[in-house]
Amino acid sequence: MSILVNRSTRVIVQGLTGREGTFHAKACAEYGTQIAGGVTPGKGGTVHEGWPIFNTVQEAVDKTAADASIIFVPPAYAADAIMEAADAELELIVCITEGIPTLDMVRVWEFLQNRRSRLIGPNCPGIISPGHCKIGIMPGRIHKEGPVGIVSRSGTLTYEAVYQLTTRGIGQSTAIGIGGDPIIGTSFLDALELFNRDPLTEAVVMIGEIGGNAEEVAADYVKKHMKKPVIGFIAGQTAPPGRRMGHAGAIISGGKGTAAEKIKVMETAGIRMAKSPAEIGETVATMIGVRA
Amino acid sequence: MKIHEYQAKGILKKCGVAVPRGEMAQSREEAEAAAKNLFGAGAAGVVIKAQIHAGGRGKGGGVKIAKSVEEAGELAAKILGMTLVTHQTGPDGRVVRRLLIEETLPIERELYLGIVIDRTEARSVFMASAAGGMEIEQVAAENPAAILKEYIEPGMGLEAFQARKLAFALGLKSQQINQAVEFMTGLYRAFQETDSSLMEINPFVSCTDGRLFALDAKMNFDDNAMFRHPDLRELRDVTEEDPLEVEASKYSLNYIKLDGNVGCMVNGAGLAMATMDIIKYAGGMPANFLDVGGGANADQVTHAFEILLSDKNVKAVLINIFGGILRVDTLATGVVEAARKTHISLPIVLRLEGTNVEAGREILKQSGMNFMVAETMKDAAEKVVAAASTT
Repeated sequence: MSILVNRSTRVIVQGLTGREGTFHAKACAEYGTQIAGGVTPGKGGTVHEGWPIFNTVQEAVDKTAADASIIFVPPAYAADAIMEAADAELELIVCITEGIPTLDMVRVWEFLQNRRSRLIGPNCPGIISPGHCKIGIMPGRIHKEGPVGIVSRSGTLTYEAVYQLTTRGIGQSTAIGIGGDPIIGTSFLDALELFNRDPLTEAVVMIGEIGGNAEEVAADYVKKHMKKPVIGFIAGQTAPPGRRMGHAGAIISGGKGTAAEKIKVMETAGIRMAKSPAEIGETVATMIGVRA
Repeated sequence: MKIHEYQAKGILKKCGVAVPRGEMAQSREEAEAAAKNLFGAGAAGVVIKAQIHAGGRGKGGGVKIAKSVEEAGELAAKILGMTLVTHQTGPDGRVVRRLLIEETLPIERELYLGIVIDRTEARSVFMASAAGGMEIEQVAAENPAAILKEYIEPGMGLEAFQARKLAFALGLKSQQINQAVEFMTGLYRAFQETDSSLMEINPFVSCTDGRLFALDAKMNFDDNAMFRHPDLRELRDVTEEDPLEVEASKYSLNYIKLDGNVGCMVNGAGLAMATMDIIKYAGGMPANFLDVGGGANADQVTHAFEILLSDKNVKAVLINIFGGILRVDTLATGVVEAARKTHISLPIVLRLEGTNVEAGREILKQSGMNFMVAETMKDAAEKVVAAASTT
């Protein structure tokens, strides 16, 4: 079991004919994900790497019965691509694209209200349920099927955490990269609720970073409702205020969103914090009783 | 991206927001000419305002009032070229290269207006406060109820009724309300049309004669949206930025200079921050944040190296790469090339993991260069901190 995706998830790729889209669609398919086709406006009716290409998402859904989409469309067009996918009522939309203007995402967020789609990202590595389905750009082979859920704002830092778990023999139920932008579709809170309900997830790792207050909101949920141990880490303890640390969302402004503040709130909520990024795997092992 | 006050006021004026009359000046002569125009147009006095990308200019001595053209010239000469140190510039301060020469106004009240994007609500929020001239963060901490908020409906602007609510709540007089509505709706239009990430009018002033003005103006733009604003990109003043950061931006590298002596090169922003953290945890201090991104090529790695090494404080370098999209062998090739090209003599600790890691390690070994290879992040941090403290 896992959250959001499984072996029967059927995925279309928006931007399949591009370099990134092609590369990662192949990698996802090799991992075992069902890639049903692609959408590139103007190239409908053609075949790319064996996959049918459609002009619109609606057409792709009608012809392939897809229920999820992964987006590799350039930033200028990505907001539109997300809305098109939501309009076609796909259950899950994973947007990998980095660099979407924030005011575009304000419109997307509004568009998604009262629609059935869940958006993951943008500016994220995607989602993987090891051994079952990968809708994202993460290296599949570092993962291992198992009981730990992972939710993170970062890409490579998630890989690092996964790697630390896998090398200790601890597998993952699902790993979700929710993205480093200020406005994202799926929050820590959303992911925690899903993991809390998932019978095969026994513990959750939550990797946050400076900026915003999503970690604090999630900590409040953990305190009140979480039935499973949560292990946390916050990146950016040495980040200077007022500077955007790579991610558009990773900025300490007006003294808010510091690592120290987040760590304190999370600890108070009962989240076991890894002090150093090298201790994430070890902390999980201690919490779930696996010997390192 | 940040811009100067005079540039922000130029944008606001086009959107129908009232700003004091003024001109930018880069020399004493230009300042005198601007002052002469303003006095000629009936100004009671002129303000000489240093233009740097930081707040607190007044307290630092960068804002002065002159009563005559001569005095304006003298003050301009004094402020131009001075190193202005404020609470936002850091101890090194900023050299003043441009001035804004503006008319003085008969100010009665100083208020505050600001627009930001509220991440939790996923929409823009227009803020107003009667506590103008103060740092809004301080007001927010001490008396959050003093900040009035109106959320902007996505796809719409600030509606007139919202502006009226704010204007009345600020205690503006009845005859000022229409003026305030025009001012505030224009302000939001400017925010939206320029893809701003932050806008502050502090203070927003009400004059004894009832007129309303943006006495100061701060605008930051969303870097991600600059592709659709070529006109705004031209407002960038690179002399206000760290030269190494400007250089890095040419190669799409995300570099931020810090004060430590351990240079680091990492792929991915989260891992880069975590690497900085673990350096500190191991007893060292990072010299920079450097994210080479997911798809870095050998050329970018070489440039990243050059930028890292041009910071003279760097005593050792840590390269931490988790290869996903970026393959480890590609990176290793880039590192070897860069190390040869830059004749690097500093100790380099590499911690590589992920796609094609074996091939990558082999390339490093074959290079015959003296790299230190670490197995884990902790090991890497300890090695590099030790190396930095002995060189």
